[in-house]
Amino acid sequence: MLKKIGAVLVVGGGVAGVQTSLDLAESGFKVYLLDETSSIGGVMAQLDKTFPTNDCSMCILAPKLVGAGRHPNIQLITNAEIKKLQGEAGNFEVTVAKKSGYVNEEKCTGCGICAQKCPIEVIDEYNEGLGVRKAIYLKYPQAVPLVYTIDRERCIGCGTCREVCKADAIEIGSEKETVILNVGSIVLAPGFDEFDPNLKSEYGYGRFSNVLSSIEFERILNASGPYGGIILRPSDGEIPRKIAFIQCVGSRDAKIGNNYCSSTCCMYAIKEAVIAKEHNPQLQCTIFFIDARAYGKEFDAYYDRAEGEYDVRFVRSRVSRIEERPSSSNLIAKYVNDKGPVNEEFDLVVLSVGMNPPKHAEDLARVLGIELNEYDFCSTQTFSPLETSKPGIYVCGAFSSPKNIQESVAQASGAAAKVAGLISQEKGTLTTVKEYPPEREVSDEAPRIGVFVCRCGINIGGVINVPEVVEYVRTLPDVVYAEENLYTCSQDAQKRILETIEEHNLNRVVVASCTPRTHEPLFRETVRDARLNIYLFEMANIRDQCSWVHMHEPQKATEKAKDLVRATIAKARLLKPLPKPLINVTPVGLVIGGGLSGMTAALDLAKQGFEVHLVEREKELGGNLRHIHYILGSEDPQQRLTSTIKEISENEKIHVYLNTELVDVTGYVGNFRTTLNCNGERKEIEHGIAIVATGAHENKPTEYLYGVDERVVTQRELEEKLAKGDFEARTVVMIQCVGSRNDERPNCSRICCAQAIKNALKIKEVSPKTDVYILYKDIRTYGFKEDFYREAANKGVLFIRYDNENKPKVTQENGNLNVLVWEPVIETSIPIEPDLLVLSVATIPNPDNKRMAQMLKVPLTEDGFFLEAHVKLRPVDFATEGIFLCGLAHSPMFVEESISQACGAAGRAMTILSKETLEVEGAIASIDENLCVGCGLCVSLCPYRAIEKDEKGTARVIDVLCKGCGTCGASCPKRAIMIRYFTDEQILAQGLAALGRTPHD
Amino acid sequence: MTKSAFKPKIVGFLCNWCSYAGADLAGVSRIQYPPTLRIVRVMCSGRVDPVFVLEAFRSGADGVLVAGCHPGDCHYLSGNYKAQRRILMLKKVLEQLGLEPERLRLEWVSASEGDRFATIVKDMTEEITKLGPSPLSVGGHFNVKK
Repeated sequence: MLKKIGAVLVVGGGVAGVQTSLDLAESGFKVYLLDETSSIGGVMAQLDKTFPTNDCSMCILAPKLVGAGRHPNIQLITNAEIKKLQGEAGNFEVTVAKKSGYVNEEKCTGCGICAQKCPIEVIDEYNEGLGVRKAIYLKYPQAVPLVYTIDRERCIGCGTCREVCKADAIEIGSEKETVILNVGSIVLAPGFDEFDPNLKSEYGYGRFSNVLSSIEFERILNASGPYGGIILRPSDGEIPRKIAFIQCVGSRDAKIGNNYCSSTCCMYAIKEAVIAKEHNPQLQCTIFFIDARAYGKEFDAYYDRAEGEYDVRFVRSRVSRIEERPSSSNLIAKYVNDKGPVNEEFDLVVLSVGMNPPKHAEDLARVLGIELNEYDFCSTQTFSPLETSKPGIYVCGAFSSPKNIQESVAQASGAAAKVAGLISQEKGTLTTVKEYPPEREVSDEAPRIGVFVCRCGINIGGVINVPEVVEYVRTLPDVVYAEENLYTCSQDAQKRILETIEEHNLNRVVVASCTPRTHEPLFRETVRDARLNIYLFEMANIRDQCSWVHMHEPQKATEKAKDLVRATIAKARLLKPLPKPLINVTPVGLVIGGGLSGMTAALDLAKQGFEVHLVEREKELGGNLRHIHYILGSEDPQQRLTSTIKEISENEKIHVYLNTELVDVTGYVGNFRTTLNCNGERKEIEHGIAIVATGAHENKPTEYLYGVDERVVTQRELEEKLAKGDFEARTVVMIQCVGSRNDERPNCSRICCAQAIKNALKIKEVSPKTDVYILYKDIRTYGFKEDFYREAANKGVLFIRYDNENKPKVTQENGNLNVLVWEPVIETSIPIEPDLLVLSVATIPNPDNKRMAQMLKVPLTEDGFFLEAHVKLRPVDFATEGIFLCGLAHSPMFVEESISQACGAAGRAMTILSKETLEVEGAIASIDENLCVGCGLCVSLCPYRAIEKDEKGTARVIDVLCKGCGTCGASCPKRAIMIRYFTDEQILAQGLAALGRTPHD
Repeated sequence: MTKSAFKPKIVGFLCNWCSYAGADLAGVSRIQYPPTLRIVRVMCSGRVDPVFVLEAFRSGADGVLVAGCHPGDCHYLSGNYKAQRRILMLKKVLEQLGLEPERLRLEWVSASEGDRFATIVKDMTEEITKLGPSPLSVGGHFNVKK
């Protein structure tokens, strides 16, 4: 066997690839992150908002992109594709072809002057062709890496960019290069491609200018989009009043061969309709759909809000054709409703395009030797959703099946855990840990401030009179040095800053340039190299918030720049060095719950060499999986259960505690201490992280004669019968959404539609003559499960829709069960006399969740499931650091989704357990115990429970929990709380100096 | 000073995660707005102590802008709600002190709302220009209403 390598290749720089890279790099692996375009970010970077929270997509994504871009152990390889693969799991050699962007990545500062001067306008792909960019361009303003690229196909070679580039970064002559990477493992995250709506010619896309794809509409909604965030019609720039959204364009469509459901379009269409209504409340939005597949956590609540609060109109009908009225460019949608054919006029039509496999999927599969499924997505198995057919190559995100962001991110962390399990021995072998010189003690010195004012090419210098600002700055108190730079962020400028600090014995540094949000880390690094504490640095934003927004008022901009720099210097004079304390990490995991999720998470941690305590309250492991006898697909769940339990019992790193409950949890990330009650005996364990995998329950219904007539059973009870072979019935009726999607539990239980179809297919297999009726609200067989819905329909399973107004009526007559159901198509009530009535009941949260939540100080949703830190980007984290969740404790989900999340929780946990120590943020609150009167206001206000009262009744900050928001500081009636780096004195000095005053004036 | 020559001085306390980023985006998008605002970055709008606002007015600010993440979006879960309560209270205090409450604004600006940010600065500048200089900035004193 070849020697294993502690490096990983991640293919695809969308949100999934970025998450995998960050988790791996944080856990001690070298990561090569490859993207075929010029920057990372993927489709998420194009989205306006995300469902179901309407978070701004770029705002939540950008910090991750910046994090990946500047991580010392992540190397971005853009404009690149894989050409060849050799070797085996643990030791691969990958040949990568990298196209030139014709701009030197080291030299380019991203100032953008080249694009301003470039004479060639080109259609902008980022804005889906609705806007223009230049031939030298950034994919989008927040792009990582912040390096311009020349589109050589459009470039006329005029050389203007080379002339204007002060950084001398243009390299028109450079060509393709070949890079050889040696890695232990590969993660595939190439995402998806949008379905090409031109293929559905009946909708007129490409012919009618007011027919848009959903991603185009997403760009129109966006403030940085082609119309500046105003919804306009492409044909005439008019504001539309009526918009139609057409679902399933390129999905659930046998004619074009995409039988599967794209899983996300129902939700994103609802989101787009809601956001459009927020832009313009007069707008009428209509969504034409087949089934409303709002299956995820809190999705139905969002759907209900769209209909109830935002007045989005939902029409259950497939639009057969779109025609254009040439005089107005309005569009006629032709569809059928319960009254007959309808022609309805709209101003704009949005096609909810489905997800196709990435267009290079076949090439990628051929080069890597992995299998694709029948639709050319990456082939995976139910019990190994993150593994490709080739050992050592893992997959996450939409490449294995259409999925939303939260599931892609959970899988991304999961794939990272899989990789770490494979090459855990090589952890830390290829990563660099930067060593810094010891910090200089400056506390006793008077401030000696150095100020560096950036011209940013002409971005600042072209508007603001930089020499005048520098001259002015030199007159300010405590400033001992000031200079201007062409680009203060360039590599050579860092060297200058470092030397200047030494030479002039500076103890505070101010850079006046762009925004600290992107550049503060760079300069902090520089001052740290110069032996200064990072909190002795501060920035003045004279570009993004000055020269760029006052381009036509150079004099006023110069005055403002002086004010801003003076204000920053006023703060800098008061800066104090702050410690970033280190805390030790106990490299031990606690997994709460021994079902499939808990066992999976425990195994994934143990495979990396971490000790794990696995706690189960029942007398055996397995949880809900013990009741699953077969799945949609060919794997045998009971066999998997047995082998997993065996693997756990044979793994000496895992300590299993049965009949055990948690009694108490204390401590914080890296250092938890938990008391267990094992069979009446108390036991204390210490651990660095905890994973909540406490599962959920099948609800016991109280309607439809359940518990009254023994012929009324739940799906799980039916499955037991089928598995034991004691199924016998001529007619079976299944009722969906029993206890779900009602007033008590507004959300969908997600798994019951496929569970019903699974059992219906099993019935058809063992007893083909049995009639099966499924009474449903919407069939939510998303993703490839749609195939089984189709199969069931083909095998004669009858699907009848009902709604809340016409629920089926179940009675007992003469000893017979009688189900009366309203058939909406023929508008008649149909009586059915089943031998067996099967209820698809709700999945309800574990009743113990409340107690657990209080013990762990983590929140629950209104429904009673655990609430993750962020729906989209932190799906398996809690806001409390060091605690994670997975599986049914999160929300109802399928086996493969539970496994993905469990691996994801293990992947997130390893980023902590892999470190010996954790660095705590220094800019946090601290309380002066002499001033504190113990009123407790701060204790109740702190969103992180980071303040507690000590035995004397005085408030005390738990440093490791504090995030430095400063809310406590603003509310303390005794002014006893200091928010470090943002102290009252510092903020006041800055604010007042901006007005030309000092606090003593 | 004539009203037409009067250019207001506004101090803005912007949260790092949404509003400061929104102000940056206005720059990236080159959306022009009047040079009347001086931004002070804080990590969260919940950090804005009422004293900061009062001190800014006492030191001659004609207006104060506090901007944070939209409700529900707060990077620190709920700091913006706390800011909201404080600003509502402060507006009442300003009125008591004889300052027009319009001189103080709380706005929600997300990181993608560069345009909205610029519009707010424009609006606020116009509104305060109409109100004229703060009585305090021309050497006045808080005029407590009896």
